[in-house]
Amino acid sequence: MIYFDNVSKLYNGGRSAAIEEITFQIEPKEFVSIVGHSGAGKSTILKMIIAEDKPTSGQIFFESLDVNRIPRSRLPQYRRKIGTVFQDFKLLPHKTAYENIAFAMEANGRSDEEIAENVPQVLALVDLTDKAWNFPEELSGGEKQRVAIARAIVNQPDIIIADEPTGNLDPIATYEVVQILRKINELGTTVVMTTHNKGVIDELGRRVITMDEGRIIKDDSSGKYVL
Amino acid sequence: MITSFRRVLRSGFVGFWRSAYVSLASIFVITIALFVIGSTMMIDQLLVVSLQQLQAKVDINVYFVTTAGQDDIDALKTSLEALPDVAQVTYTSREQALAEYRAKYQSDTVAMQALDELEENPLGATIAIQAKAVSQYENIASFLDEQKAQEEPQNPIISRINYADKRDSISKLQAIIDAVERASFITQIVLIIAAILITFNTIRLAIYTAREEISIMRLVGASNMFIRGPFMLQGVMYGVIAGVLALLILYPILVWMGPKTEIFFGLNIFDYFVSDFSNIFITLVGIGVALGLVSSVLAVARYLRV
Repeated sequence: MIYFDNVSKLYNGGRSAAIEEITFQIEPKEFVSIVGHSGAGKSTILKMIIAEDKPTSGQIFFESLDVNRIPRSRLPQYRRKIGTVFQDFKLLPHKTAYENIAFAMEANGRSDEEIAENVPQVLALVDLTDKAWNFPEELSGGEKQRVAIARAIVNQPDIIIADEPTGNLDPIATYEVVQILRKINELGTTVVMTTHNKGVIDELGRRVITMDEGRIIKDDSSGKYVL
Repeated sequence: MITSFRRVLRSGFVGFWRSAYVSLASIFVITIALFVIGSTMMIDQLLVVSLQQLQAKVDINVYFVTTAGQDDIDALKTSLEALPDVAQVTYTSREQALAEYRAKYQSDTVAMQALDELEENPLGATIAIQAKAVSQYENIASFLDEQKAQEEPQNPIISRINYADKRDSISKLQAIIDAVERASFITQIVLIIAAILITFNTIRLAIYTAREEISIMRLVGASNMFIRGPFMLQGVMYGVIAGVLALLILYPILVWMGPKTEIFFGLNIFDYFVSDFSNIFITLVGIGVALGLVSSVLAVARYLRV
């Protein structure tokens, strides 16, 4: 469903590259992990999928849609097909957990009835029903990330993009977050995740793309973390 | 459509309360800016009134000879009144002039005796002319000079026109009025520009603190209008509240200033404030709302790009 065709991103007038000649594709319902050292280009790939960053050359397709040709006015609609989860959670600080999730639905133009029905459901899915009315600053890191995941899935996107979702979490919270992502994937949503947590990769036993200095050096269908 | 409008409204109000410190700080600064604009309006009104009063004290007098015919005087008065530059023409008859003279010098026995010695009223009729603006006296004076020049030598009407005596003081007054008006205009422009910049910067800072939120909203697929709306509403709320606060601060100051300005300028500024309140209210709150709205739109626009 996502195709990268010979994509490069160059900086400083071509002297340094974030990613170089990247070609790969992601099939529906896959759970893909992208691993690599800091600066290997993992986040750049995710940013390009959500059209936050544009490649210098090459093409990116989301199904039949050329991502870089989406006019700016259509970007909000495009982004609603993709759920995003970040290392730093990116929750709205002045909204409660419930409101953060509801906001994503409101922005999508969902009705009040749908919001009242779906938000408690996803909160239950991430096991945060009793923290619904807490503000982000009152939640632990793991809880914040679970709110972020709930927000990412509430609009039933085709794909979840997770950039280092466990980067700021302790081992127990990491385990919980990965279990939730795995559950979401089993329910039929494609998940693309970057990480450099060896334990997470080895435990998942799913496809692993290994990157180094902007290039893909390894692509294993049931990979281990090897660097 | 209605649903998202309602959501934007609610989100704007909730955001206003939840970031109360930022809201308060913005309102405080905008209030000061609007207070400065309001004070400028009041000072300008005092200047306008006192300049008007100053102008009203200036006139040209035409003194007629004692033998001037009433018809000729009336004809001149009518033609003066027809001039576009003339604001008012006041006629004083010979009898009135005498009565005024007697009233003025009644304690001066020598003058009274001298007057009684005369069999006939020595005073001629006069016409006092006020122009609409100080600069127009020159035109009126030259019109009068023409009239005097056209008189038949054996039958004179006008004895004297006192413009020449007053010319210096009139042109000095004109210079003062021009200078005061220019200075007050420049001061107002400077203050208004300062108020606009202060408001814009304040709101820009308030929205700067929300830049992270704006980027998050974009990431979850919120449309630009959905993101911008609550900030626009908050800008309008800042403007309305600041406008009302500025008027509330102005009120006691004007109550206190009122009697003092009445003595000094002849205008009770508080009475003016009360009588023209709806205009002042609309102006201040309107400026506040417009500033708040435009500043919000411009400030959010920065973070909506990419």
